[in-house]
Amino acid sequence: MAIGKVLVFAEADGAAVSSATLELLTKAREIGDAVEAVIVSADAAAVAPQLGEYGAAVVHAADPQGRLSGVVGAAALASVVASSAPAVVLCAQSYDGRDAISHLSARIDRPVLTNAVDVRVDGDALVAQSAMFGGNTLVDTKLTSGQPWLVVVRPKSFAAEPGGAAAGEVVSLGDLELGRSGEAAVLDKHVEEREGPQLEEAAVVVSGGRGIGSAENYGPLVDDLAGLLNGASGATRAIVDAGWVPYSKQVGQTGKTVKPKLYVAVGISGATQHLVGMKGSDTIIAINKDPEAPIFSVADLGIVGDATTVVPRIVEAIRARG
Amino acid sequence: MNVIVCVKQIPDPALPGELDPDHTLKRDVKLILDESDMYGVEMALQLVDAAGGGEVTLVSMAPNSEKGGLRTALAMGAAKAVLVSDGSLAGSDSLGTARVLARAVERAGGADLVLTATESTDGYTGTVPGQVAELLGWPSLTFAKKVDVADGKVTIQRQTEAGYDVVEAPLPAVVSVTAGVVEPRYPSFKGIMAAKNKPIDECTPSDLGLSGDQVGWSGARQEIVSVAAAPEREAGEKIEDDGTAHERVVAFLEELKLI
Repeated sequence: MAIGKVLVFAEADGAAVSSATLELLTKAREIGDAVEAVIVSADAAAVAPQLGEYGAAVVHAADPQGRLSGVVGAAALASVVASSAPAVVLCAQSYDGRDAISHLSARIDRPVLTNAVDVRVDGDALVAQSAMFGGNTLVDTKLTSGQPWLVVVRPKSFAAEPGGAAAGEVVSLGDLELGRSGEAAVLDKHVEEREGPQLEEAAVVVSGGRGIGSAENYGPLVDDLAGLLNGASGATRAIVDAGWVPYSKQVGQTGKTVKPKLYVAVGISGATQHLVGMKGSDTIIAINKDPEAPIFSVADLGIVGDATTVVPRIVEAIRARG
Repeated sequence: MNVIVCVKQIPDPALPGELDPDHTLKRDVKLILDESDMYGVEMALQLVDAAGGGEVTLVSMAPNSEKGGLRTALAMGAAKAVLVSDGSLAGSDSLGTARVLARAVERAGGADLVLTATESTDGYTGTVPGQVAELLGWPSLTFAKKVDVADGKVTIQRQTEAGYDVVEAPLPAVVSVTAGVVEPRYPSFKGIMAAKNKPIDECTPSDLGLSGDQVGWSGARQEIVSVAAAPEREAGEKIEDDGTAHERVVAFLEELKLI
C-alpha cells in the first residue's frame, strides 16, 4: 500500500550523497508511489545519477548562493509542496535537515514528527515510530494534519539499497522567496583535519564518558584506540556538556545514533540518554569502574575496571602486535 | 543589547521517565531548568556584559505554573521572565511550542537576539529554534559553538560534520547554541535571594492571541497509536579487572577479526 508522492530533502558533500539521504530514498520507494528529491547544490547534475539510482525520478535543485543549505532547502521544499502537493516530506535528523524541516513546518503550518526510527503506511495514514527511555519503549505516532506529512528520520534507521533507476531529471527551482531567513550568510567553511571514518559511517566506534577522568585523557584513551581499530571516536553528553569535546561527537538521544560492528564504551555508565544512540551496535565492549553501571546490561563483554589503566594496556598490547 | 533566552522546565532527567495515560511524557511533576538551557543563559549574560548594557529576559511555557527552573536562570543573572502557563498547553508539539515562544518573545519586546538550546533534553525535536525564527520572520543561525555580536550583526561558528562554518546575519536573529561552549556560572547566594523578587510575567495563550486549536493536543494534529516495549538486549560476559582484563579484550578483538 503506497501513499502518493514522497519528497526527500537530499544532502550531499560535493558529488557524494549522504548515506542518510540514500536511506531515506530507499524508504521513500517502499512507502511512496513516486519519489522526488530536493537538493541544495550549485551542481545538482553531479548528484542526480546517485539520487536517481536510489529512487528520485526528479531532482529539484536550488543554488545556495552563500546562504545556509537548510534555510534554502526549506524554501525549496515549500516551492515543490506548493507546485506538486507531495503526501510526505522526509528529511534526516542532521544539522541542515533540522533547519530545513523546522522552517518548512512553520512556513506551511504543518506539524513535524521527529526522531523517527521507522516509517510505514497504515491504511491511508503514515505511521512513524520513535524510541523513548533509552530505546526501551517504542512509540508509534500518526499525523492527523493535512498533507504533506513532515517526518524527520534518525540516520542509520534503515539500510540503503539502490533501486537501479537512471539519473533523476534535474529541475532548477530558480529564485526562491526566503525573506529575512535568507539574510544569514555563510562567510567561511572550516574543515578540521580528521583521520579515519566518520562517526556515523564507521565500522568501529570508541566513545568516552566521564570515566576517562579529564579532557586531556580523551586523546590517549579514546582517539588512540579508535585509530588503532580504524574507527571513529564518540562521546557521551556529559563530556560534551563539560566542553571536553564538540557536540558533533555526541552519541545518544540528543546526538547521533550509531550502529557499528563494534562499539567500545570507555568510562561510560550508560545513562538512557546514551544507550538509545548505541544499543543497536552489533557488538558492545564496556569498560567501567562501577560493576552496577547500566552499560553492562547491554555489553557483550564488560570489564569492571578503571578505564584510565585498562585502556592504555589494551592500546599497548595492540601496538605490540605491530 | 537585550537578549531573550527560551528556556524549558523539564522533569528531572536523572529520574526514570514516565508516560501519562495519553502516552505523552509525564510533566505534572516537579520541574527543573533543562541543563541544556544553562549554556544559552550564560551566553546571553556574557553577550550583554560585553555590549556594556542591556538585560537578559527569559521566555518559557509550562502546562502548570511551575517557576522553579525559571528562578534558577534568574539567579544566574537574568533580569525577568515571561511564563506562558495554562492547562491547555499540555500535549503541545514543537510547532505549537514555537508559536507560544514566538508570541512570548514579542510580548517581552525589544530583543536584539533570541538564544535557544539546540534541543531540549526531554522532547529533543531540535526543530523549535528554526520554527520560532520563521514565525518571527527572523534569520536563524543554529548549532552555534561560538557567538559574537558587533555592529548590529551576529556572527557564529556553526558546528558541522567536518568542522564549522562561520555564519553571519543582521540582528534581530535567533541563535541556537550547543552545550559545552561556555561554562554556566553557579548562582551565588546573592543571586538566589535576588531571583525571588525578579518579575515573572505569567500569561496564558489567549493573552498572546493564540486560540485553543493552535496549541496543546488539538494544535499538535497527531495521534499516538501504540506504545510498546522494545526487544531487550542480552548482557554478555562480565569480568573484574585483575590486571589482565586487557588480554581478554585483545582476544575478543581478534575473534571479531578487528586486529
